Amino acid sequence: MDDRFGLNRTVTLHGPLALDGGGVLAPVELAYESYGELNADASNAVLICHALTGDQHVASAHPITNKSGWWARMVGPDKPIDTDRFCVIAVNAIGGCMGSSGPETLADDGQPYAMRFPVVTVSDMARSQAMLLDHLGITRLHAVVGGSMGGMQALSWAAHFPDRVAAALVIASTAKHSAQNIAFHEVGRQAIMADPNWRGGDYYGDGKTPDAGLAVARMAAHITYLSEQGLTEKFGRRLQAREAKTFGFDADFQVESYLRHQGLSFTDRFDANSYLYITRAIDYFDLAEEFGGHLAHAFKRTKTRFAIVSFDTDWLYPTAESKLIAQALNAAGAAVSFVELASPYGHDAFLLDTPGFDAVVSGFLCAIC
Amino acid sequence: MLRADLSIIASNVPTGARVLDVGCGDGALMAELRAKGCDARGLEIDSADVTAALARGLSVIQGDADTDLADYPDASFDYAILSQTLQTTRRPDLVIDQLLRIGNRAFVSFPNFAQWRIRMSLMFGGQMPVTPQLPSRWYDTPNIHHVTVDDFRGFIATLGIRIEQQWFLSGNKMTTRAGANLFAEHAVFLLSR
Repeated sequence: MDDRFGLNRTVTLHGPLALDGGGVLAPVELAYESYGELNADASNAVLICHALTGDQHVASAHPITNKSGWWARMVGPDKPIDTDRFCVIAVNAIGGCMGSSGPETLADDGQPYAMRFPVVTVSDMARSQAMLLDHLGITRLHAVVGGSMGGMQALSWAAHFPDRVAAALVIASTAKHSAQNIAFHEVGRQAIMADPNWRGGDYYGDGKTPDAGLAVARMAAHITYLSEQGLTEKFGRRLQAREAKTFGFDADFQVESYLRHQGLSFTDRFDANSYLYITRAIDYFDLAEEFGGHLAHAFKRTKTRFAIVSFDTDWLYPTAESKLIAQALNAAGAAVSFVELASPYGHDAFLLDTPGFDAVVSGFLCAIC
Repeated sequence: MLRADLSIIASNVPTGARVLDVGCGDGALMAELRAKGCDARGLEIDSADVTAALARGLSVIQGDADTDLADYPDASFDYAILSQTLQTTRRPDLVIDQLLRIGNRAFVSFPNFAQWRIRMSLMFGGQMPVTPQLPSRWYDTPNIHHVTVDDFRGFIATLGIRIEQQWFLSGNKMTTRAGANLFAEHAVFLLSR
């Protein structure tokens, strides 16, 4: 049994990993999981990149919450991303808090990096994953797949490692983070930094973590993952476990109660500093900028097949942004598909059972099996 | 079983050609062309059709022939195909212009509005024809630019485009070029500049 593969893997790679921000990261710790078996010529690997608050537990129970993996409905035997067929690899993004190098990691002085951790980018994440694939003996991916920030990594992969990616599936994502989305992130970050427990990020020693700030950040962000239609259907103006308004500031409305719960439970599983770092990485993402200002240049002479999927009620990364990606790929002569699927659930639709979605994913992945 | 006009197109596209199928539906023709070793790409406006084509592993972009053909580079395909879609576009002239900018050659197929059954229906029934090849009613039809074989020939001549080949269908059978405007239910043209 090759112990590089399986659930709950960690590896410390020597590095150094040169970062877009100028510094280097060395060593590079990566926490990852694999599902399914790598075939003899290592040609069936599918890399799944996670979103802002996702992790490597794509289809295995989360070690803190014990909930099933965030994409368990998509990944597994006979699922659209079939682990009887593919060897699925998922890596905790650097800057994260589930075992890969991040602000919680101990620096040379034995103390957590905290805010001394270098700012990383989406492309740095992709480069760290490429180092892991070298370690695993995978030179070329059958596909790289990701939703939201994961889709940005998939684009970055295809742009920076065109020879290592046969296919890229980019879901509910964008080639650049918009001003409105940077603004939402900044609200979240300021909520964390305004929490008296944050203390410049040095809160690891005494167990007093900036939970209130992180919860508010999560609440604000969570709204952007839903849609007005979805919120109305799910909660409307219904009251939470009461017959009448209290004329106070309790969570009278179900939607308030839901958001408070989302915010609080998030603090159990996520590190506030990681939230700062990952949101920053997303803010900095502008793939065209990395290629002289023209997105099509990122994909010049690409041989990678692409599928771009958007959802009609996603206002975080609306369909227009996916169309821009498809247009750039088209201009570059790439084999690109694009489809907008209908869902009432906004950005989160990529995590849910959306009609047509599973068929698109499995059809795209198996087109060249 | 491939629709008759699509079979004609499929059998006249050489192996290995790069093909763009505009209005590709669920990708039936693309799948046939892929089996022949062609690099087939598609453009389709209907989300359910695009989903079906993607589920077959085809490369299809959800978009509108009237606006989105502008995104394709010049001469990026050997053939551009527009089957049973011309009559649904807002500006057929501009769409044909785009087809021959993107593709070196273009296949265009459409239902012939001068076929005798349609003429009879209009003449004796006095109502917009509803036939097997044009099953929609006047108020819900996607066919906003009905065209006849003779209209199309004249129109192509004014654009300075060459007709390389032409095929005519009555039911699923080929019919002659002579009298095509009266007898053909469907026409398929191969065009080039």
